[in-house]
Amino acid sequence: MFGVRFRFSLLSLLLLPSSLLSAQTSPPAQTAVTQADVKSLQDAIHSAQMNADNAWMLVSAALVLLMTGPGLALFYGGLVRRKNILGTMMQSFAMMGLVTILWAIVGYSLAFAHGTSFIGGFEHVFLRGVSLAPNTDYAATIPEQTYMVYQLMFAIITPALITGAFAERMKFSAMAVFLSLWSLIVYSPMAHMVWGVGGLLNANGGRIPSLDFAGGTVVHVTSGISALVTAIYLGKRIGYPQTNMPPHSMVLSFIGACLLWVGWFGFNAGSALGSGPLATSAFVNTHFAAATAALGWTIAEWIHNGKPTALGAISGAVAGLVAITPASGFVQPFPALLIGLAAGVFCSFMVFKVKSWFGYDDSLDAFGVHGAGGTLGALLTGFFATRLINPAFGPGAATGAVDGHWGQILNQVAGVAIAWALSAAGTLVLLFLVDKTIGLRVSAEDESTGLDLSQHGEEGYDLNS
Amino acid sequence: MLKIEAIIQPSKLDAVKDALLEVGIEGMTILEARGHGRQKGHTEFYRGREYTVDLLPKVKIEMVVLDEMKEKAVNAIGSAARTGRIGDGKIFVSRVEEAIRIRNDERGETAL
Repeated sequence: MFGVRFRFSLLSLLLLPSSLLSAQTSPPAQTAVTQADVKSLQDAIHSAQMNADNAWMLVSAALVLLMTGPGLALFYGGLVRRKNILGTMMQSFAMMGLVTILWAIVGYSLAFAHGTSFIGGFEHVFLRGVSLAPNTDYAATIPEQTYMVYQLMFAIITPALITGAFAERMKFSAMAVFLSLWSLIVYSPMAHMVWGVGGLLNANGGRIPSLDFAGGTVVHVTSGISALVTAIYLGKRIGYPQTNMPPHSMVLSFIGACLLWVGWFGFNAGSALGSGPLATSAFVNTHFAAATAALGWTIAEWIHNGKPTALGAISGAVAGLVAITPASGFVQPFPALLIGLAAGVFCSFMVFKVKSWFGYDDSLDAFGVHGAGGTLGALLTGFFATRLINPAFGPGAATGAVDGHWGQILNQVAGVAIAWALSAAGTLVLLFLVDKTIGLRVSAEDESTGLDLSQHGEEGYDLNS
Repeated sequence: MLKIEAIIQPSKLDAVKDALLEVGIEGMTILEARGHGRQKGHTEFYRGREYTVDLLPKVKIEMVVLDEMKEKAVNAIGSAARTGRIGDGKIFVSRVEEAIRIRNDERGETAL
């Protein structure tokens, strides 16, 4: 086949008119550059940029799934008792399936179609019109299907984060219904308000322009607040806090947390929606904040308990990643270090002290890390955001307080307040409905047997086989 | 015939096994065990919460020996397993009525 084609092209070369040959070898005349040439050059450049951006965005989408896929499942799985590991991992995995299906049917449309300032419409139901051409409302250099699947990965991890608050005591069926509905009632509207075209909090033209680069409010505040509400609604695990409930495998949690750290590069740097310098900025900030947050939590714990624990170090890193999420594409690297440090200290305080003061059983600290860290990060974004990194409000316009735009902090407060209110209200309504129909909590007997056997009929560890 | 049961620190298992082989004791059974004596466990910290772990991992070694081997075996175990700190473990010695080799139904001391 190759030989035939080669001989054919050799033949056509010999048959070329001599005039054309001489035109190719001598320098082209000025007049030879036509409108068509410019157009084809522009097309080639555009196509090259699209391919470069698309490559990074597809990798980013895969990295964000990695955060739920093995990352969160292992992180949470290691933190529960051994009789609940499969039940816990299945909760994250179920989101990978259920939210995907809902996203295709209506979730993406409710988040990103044209609609009101609170929620998207039905324009993209069943992915109608979501093609391989870019949607210039969001990302002009990647296929809209890439944007859609990238955003889907965020929609998957957000409800999965909540599962940490009700670990070891919710029915699988109730969890599946509650979190599926949650992704439509809470996640899609919040994503629309912050990122959707015409959204209330959209930095680009919203009535209250708030800055949220990669989901500090959309992902972490919503999941964290819903986690707190769920933990309180559901009540404590039997025996909490008198009985010891230590993590059954710190090794699994350690691997999970490190996968989260790596996956977060897709989460934050991918939120640049392209492979340009803004992605680099978000990448560097993400990494920096994780490092100082691990340090901050570890030092706080060392002082508090006398020892620097592995669980403290990895929890701190996650807290820093949460806090830098809204800021990652708006701040300079040194403020990122500060945001991380603040998150490490603040979240450890929430987990060590505030949780026991109030006595709620946020089993794996979804509120203490995501709710607290997300809120802190969203507020600090208003302080540290600078036009030098991202002129989000137009060329030359001040973005955050460091640029002199102190009012941005108020916009951030409004964004956080709306996220708190929507999450708390939506979660309460859904919990009530599911509780009255399916029933939320496993029986006391099933709880002591463990979710693995009672909900799934299998065991994570069969040491006799 | 005597049964010697020794509960020791897991880290001392190899040293004790070698010491027993050296004094001529050939058969033993090792069990992984959990327990505590006066040592009463230790504390662990997970996200700022203090947990008391009172059942600690131990290794239990069991063997049945001829009466005259008692002192040799006990000394071998004691000197190999001793660190001098609390939690080193204990040795119990008790009388055994009968021993049977399953393979050929040998009875008594020859079955050891």
